[in-house]
Amino acid sequence: MKVQIDPARCQGHGRCYDLSPDLFTEDDEGYGQVAGDGLVPPGGERAARVAASNCPEKAIVLVEEA
Amino acid sequence: MTVDDRFVRDFRDSREEPLGIRNEIITGPVSDWATDFSHLEPEWAADPYPIQDDLRERCPIAHTERFGGGWLPTRYEDVAAIAYDTEHFSSRAIIMSNYRPPRDIAPVGAVPPISSDPPFHHDARKLLLPAFTKKEVAKREEAARAFCHSLIDGFEGAEIVDAARDYAQHIPMRVIADMLGFPPEDGPRFREFVEHALEGVNLPPEERMAHMGELFDYLLEQIRDHVANPRDDLTTYLIEAELYGRKLDPSHVAGTMALLLIAGIDTTWSAIGASLWHLAKTPADRERLVAEPALLPTAMEEFLRAYAPVTMARLVKEDMHWRGVDMRADDWVLLSFPAANRDPAQFDRADEVIIDREINRHAAFGLGIHRCVGSHLARMELRVALEVWLERVPVFGLADPSEVTWAPGQVRGPRTLPLRIG
Repeated sequence: MKVQIDPARCQGHGRCYDLSPDLFTEDDEGYGQVAGDGLVPPGGERAARVAASNCPEKAIVLVEEA
Repeated sequence: MTVDDRFVRDFRDSREEPLGIRNEIITGPVSDWATDFSHLEPEWAADPYPIQDDLRERCPIAHTERFGGGWLPTRYEDVAAIAYDTEHFSSRAIIMSNYRPPRDIAPVGAVPPISSDPPFHHDARKLLLPAFTKKEVAKREEAARAFCHSLIDGFEGAEIVDAARDYAQHIPMRVIADMLGFPPEDGPRFREFVEHALEGVNLPPEERMAHMGELFDYLLEQIRDHVANPRDDLTTYLIEAELYGRKLDPSHVAGTMALLLIAGIDTTWSAIGASLWHLAKTPADRERLVAEPALLPTAMEEFLRAYAPVTMARLVKEDMHWRGVDMRADDWVLLSFPAANRDPAQFDRADEVIIDREINRHAAFGLGIHRCVGSHLARMELRVALEVWLERVPVFGLADPSEVTWAPGQVRGPRTLPLRIG
């Protein structure tokens, strides 16, 4: 699984980096950033889903790998 | 070196008295909430949720002739759609009152960036964002925590304390005074400014403008002191800030300071108070949070959802048919994030407070480009205030439920909250 942030939707609420700091971080203006390459490590799927389902702007995209 | 003389003269002297639109002030009991709503009436202040739930089922967009005409959407999807639609809805006024500022005040508005429309909004907001990131506000946590402890030290020997007056209000006042570089002892004046701006909505416009004048007199005094003695705070930052290659207009500097002062205080004061009110009347939740402090960040989001303090307003730009209603240019729209947050179409068991709710896509800090710029600061203050309270005062309850009072208007929270702590 990979996580992505749609920068057109993100408004910097920061729920992703509050809830799942291993997967997300903040930039200098508080907008969410994907940490590293966005690849979710084994066992991190739940954290990815929690972040996505709490984003008020629905800015987080989960890409399930085939 | 050139001297900064932008604030020597009162910037208001050079302005013409704004024309704007005034309307007849209508107060008194509401006849039907669907056609005559008013968020300033005591029934709404005491408990707006049953009213909103009823409207959501039977309207769902209520109307009023008060305030010169306005609308109240109550479904999450309608509130969200308006928050995202800056083409049809303007932020040139964000407090629904009996006065609409003239159209040419857009896109800046009186208190940028909350009163600004695109494209100016983005640039004015960008100036503020770096000071309000989670990382930046974390630097203030230690001082906020020590201040919360000092407030509770002051309860020594008391059996009953007013958690709104003696605790909740002081925390955001102190934090924002520190950030702006204002004297901390000016707190009581801040309270007056807040009450006049947000609760005195149905006073005659002249009286409202006079009160607003007192706020700007105060801000100008602070700005002049900072021009003479620059320091490391937001006031000096705004005085020095540049947009489009030049320093900000004096009215922009003062307007943004007014916004930070007003919006930084009553909102968080309300959120802290409402959370303590809930815990005081719900022993099971209080006991669980005392036993499981790690649950607090999750519980806090639920308090923000269920008791969202802030409602914003917009003005309709042009006549239009919108989702079944005929909106006219300059109609108000009350953007009720509290009503959106209790929409059962968006939240399971929307009317229940579930402190371990895992999925909580609430809109307490707004949606879209006007997301509360201070949300990270507010969350830090709310968490620290509740952590310290629960650690120091784990057992408490409402001293007398009938004595609890709530602020009317667009920022709702307890203003009197007597709690038995001894």
